[in-house]
Amino acid sequence: MADHGHGPPKGITRWLTTTNHKDIGTMYLVFSLVMFMTGGLMALGIRAELFQPGLQLVDPAFFNQLTTMHALVMVFGAVMPATVGLANWMIPLQIGAADMALPRMNLFSFWLLAVAFVLLLSTFLMPGGAPASGWTLYPPLVLQSGEAFPMAIFSIHLMGASSIMGAINVIVTIVNMRAPGMTLMKLPLFSWAWLITAYLLIAVMPVFAGGVTMLLTDYFFHTSFFNAAGGGDPVLYQHVFWFFGHPEVYIMILPAFGIVSEIIPTFSRKPIFGYEAMVYAIASIAFLSFIVWAHHMFTVGMPLAGQMFFMLATMLIAVPTGVKIFNWTTTMWRGSLSFEPPMLFALAFLFLFTIGGFSGLMMAIVPSDFQYHDTYFIVAHFHYVLVPGAVFAIMAAVYYWLPKWTGHMYDMALAKWHFWLTAIFVNALFFPQHFLGLAGMPRRIPDYAVQFSDWNMISSIGAFGFGLAQLLFVWVIIKCVKGGQRATAGVWDWPHGLEWTVPSPAPYHTFEKAPEVH
Amino acid sequence: MSGQNAKSNRGLTARLLLMVAGSFAFGFALVPLYEVFCEVTGIGSRDRLSRMAEYDGAATAQPRTIVVEFTASVPDGGRWEFTPVESSMEVRTGQLYEAYYRAKNLSGRDVTGQAVPSVAPMRATKYFVKTECFCFTPQQFTRDEERDMAVRFVVDRDLPPGIDRLTLSYAFYDVGRVAGGTT
Amino acid sequence: MSKLPILSGALAALAAVPARADWDLLNMPSGVSELSKDIYGTHMLMLWICVIIAVITFGAMIVAMVRFRKSKGAVADQTLLHNARLEAAWTIIPVLILIGMAIPAVESLIKIEDTSGSELTIKVTGYQWQWHYEYLGSGVSFFSRLARTSDVARQKGSGIDPLSVENYLLEVDNPLVVPTGIKIRMLLTANDVIHAWWVPDFGMKRDAIPGFINEMWISVDADKPGTYRGQCAELCGADHGFMPIVVVARPKAEFDAWLKQKQAAATEVAAAVTE
Repeated sequence: MADHGHGPPKGITRWLTTTNHKDIGTMYLVFSLVMFMTGGLMALGIRAELFQPGLQLVDPAFFNQLTTMHALVMVFGAVMPATVGLANWMIPLQIGAADMALPRMNLFSFWLLAVAFVLLLSTFLMPGGAPASGWTLYPPLVLQSGEAFPMAIFSIHLMGASSIMGAINVIVTIVNMRAPGMTLMKLPLFSWAWLITAYLLIAVMPVFAGGVTMLLTDYFFHTSFFNAAGGGDPVLYQHVFWFFGHPEVYIMILPAFGIVSEIIPTFSRKPIFGYEAMVYAIASIAFLSFIVWAHHMFTVGMPLAGQMFFMLATMLIAVPTGVKIFNWTTTMWRGSLSFEPPMLFALAFLFLFTIGGFSGLMMAIVPSDFQYHDTYFIVAHFHYVLVPGAVFAIMAAVYYWLPKWTGHMYDMALAKWHFWLTAIFVNALFFPQHFLGLAGMPRRIPDYAVQFSDWNMISSIGAFGFGLAQLLFVWVIIKCVKGGQRATAGVWDWPHGLEWTVPSPAPYHTFEKAPEVH
Repeated sequence: MSGQNAKSNRGLTARLLLMVAGSFAFGFALVPLYEVFCEVTGIGSRDRLSRMAEYDGAATAQPRTIVVEFTASVPDGGRWEFTPVESSMEVRTGQLYEAYYRAKNLSGRDVTGQAVPSVAPMRATKYFVKTECFCFTPQQFTRDEERDMAVRFVVDRDLPPGIDRLTLSYAFYDVGRVAGGTT
Repeated sequence: MSKLPILSGALAALAAVPARADWDLLNMPSGVSELSKDIYGTHMLMLWICVIIAVITFGAMIVAMVRFRKSKGAVADQTLLHNARLEAAWTIIPVLILIGMAIPAVESLIKIEDTSGSELTIKVTGYQWQWHYEYLGSGVSFFSRLARTSDVARQKGSGIDPLSVENYLLEVDNPLVVPTGIKIRMLLTANDVIHAWWVPDFGMKRDAIPGFINEMWISVDADKPGTYRGQCAELCGADHGFMPIVVVARPKAEFDAWLKQKQAAATEVAAAVTE
């Protein structure tokens, strides 16, 4: 279909009716940035309360609402939509396709998500407040929720539907619409990562939907799935949830792996080392992610054989993950490195995600997990893999592709300030939490015994520093959208991939005729 | 749309609708299928638990003596007094024993209770065979009624050697007024 | 990159700090039982292995970042694309390391799950928001809730400085009393929602699930009588952070005397009620 010449419609109509992957990608990214700030504000509320022992700012019940909603917003509103936004923008460009395979479903996926979040965030205003049982929604506690409960469940169903449809779109696009000559083993690693992530999404989002529906029927229709009185078991929910929940965390990190695999080669000026190994590693991680879920539940009273199986399977994940880390390092080896903002974030990812990986390996060991479980050690681990892990990769991707999207180079100096402030404060924020967990501080508590004061204070200072630094990020982006030095098609010194063959900014319609790939 | 496209679209639509109908039917079929699954695997069959279990004594290990403890809970504000008559007994594996729990209705009206059993360690559960148990059926109590309820059990001789003490616990729940029986 | 020295320094400090039986601010306590010391040892072993691997891995990253900078004239070697032997090596060697890590872990686990040989059974019931303890077979049972001093101080805007409250948030009205030197079997259940019972010095936590009983065992070395504190370790509602656990471990003779005295008091109360 040829370019219409009159461009997209103006104003709000454009954003309500567009089926263009670039527009939809932009909407997802803007949405995720707003959600990141929203979830961030909740985190600041948490860390402000935890700045000192004693309860100064919030009631314990509201504190639990903050921790619950912070997680739900960050997982389902910030990280996942950001990776979906990047997928929408970049997959068609990387494979030489004119758009995603199912553009109208693509638009529907986005607006479903927006509605879902209006619903979820509105629960703060309902009697009884937002859900306060932790983002994991364990029964029986979650069944003590008030009016927010059905809204939260409905919101989750909408988010799930949005994700599943998005995943279908990604798979159909990559399988069917690659340019001639682009075999699967020539697919860029970001697209590979998303192809596998999409399968994970389709496999597990329905399980989550089933689990929360069982919560709904236990709450309203007197079923007893999770109620011992009727022959059920609360632990059943945990199995169902974590069967979804573990692949879910890989859904969040695999696209990040893909991003890092794009960026490190560019700024090392040589191709990724071990392309095939990287593909097999991602596929192995995805497969293993299905058989480790009970490592989130080691303390429920599991038979010895179960504990041993899940311990060993979880430890195994370290192997393909290690392969990736070694391959990224070797990509830099005998390269020619420069340290623009995308590379800075990618390298910080490499270091800091690895730290998160080590704490994860320690947690896999069941006897020691009996001491770590439900403490700040766990909180430290997952924040390391998610914040300097997934979030840094997303920021790296934004700094990498922003010139392609906008046609302008951004303020490099400001971006570097953003990087350094973020990298330093993120460690001040989360590293002390390892010590807190080991010293005995449980998680999800609004107040603590006085020996935990010092580390909590440092962590809270880190949180505020980190939060403020993100304002720089927003400013860099806004400034870049408004103007800046013209970006070339290639943008960087050593671009690789089809996306760098189109002009910057990428025209509204690209690859209407498929390119030749060699 | 060409005629061939329209035809293949119709065929696809028909197959997709069939899949939807089939999935829905599968959901309904799961009710009897669940019973079949339990029969075949022997896992916690509803039928097995509610039937008087016949202990057939097919175990091979030598009998030994262990301690069986009895404990009781009344969760979630239920208005019962519910205690084991004896808190523990020495038990020879392979032999039939009888233990009692005493329950009193404190709710001020006629009410039905249901006991939910649990055994620790969990792996002892399948070796703790209840041939008769008040936990199999809802128990109706008139206002202020107090009575003893029996559980007859055998600890299978094949109980793993590492277990020298096991605990039978009941949680007693209020399942509604007498007229309805179970909820 | 300036972050790395700070990070590896912190990690090394973490590993080097010796464990003490009381609250140590960097590391897990080694605790007061054979089991807790075993778990501590496993934890330290894993930590050391991770530190060593980290030093090697981060070392390689730093060398690469320094040595192959474009600003220092490095030219990229476009032929360094794959090496099957290297891939095999850094796949197989980690697997061997993992097997080495798994063996002591499995041994520990078998010991943890073996509750045989216990001499006392205590049933613990989690409530929103306090604990109930019952010494099975003795007729002694009681609730244990957050001490009044802490409870008053922790109210929002109480104006009371937590530092002025002794054992703030870790004191109860009726502590659990246990004898030292024996294996104690803990039965865990809950009244309403899932809770979890955890005393770091004993090395173990386990969930307390309504309608079911879980078991675990603890012990306190005979030469370690004293007071040990812990907290609920599963989100159970608003006051999850305000239902601590205090265990007073006494030599067996003292414990027996204490239990007898509690039994007598319980009988008195029961007699008074039925009169």
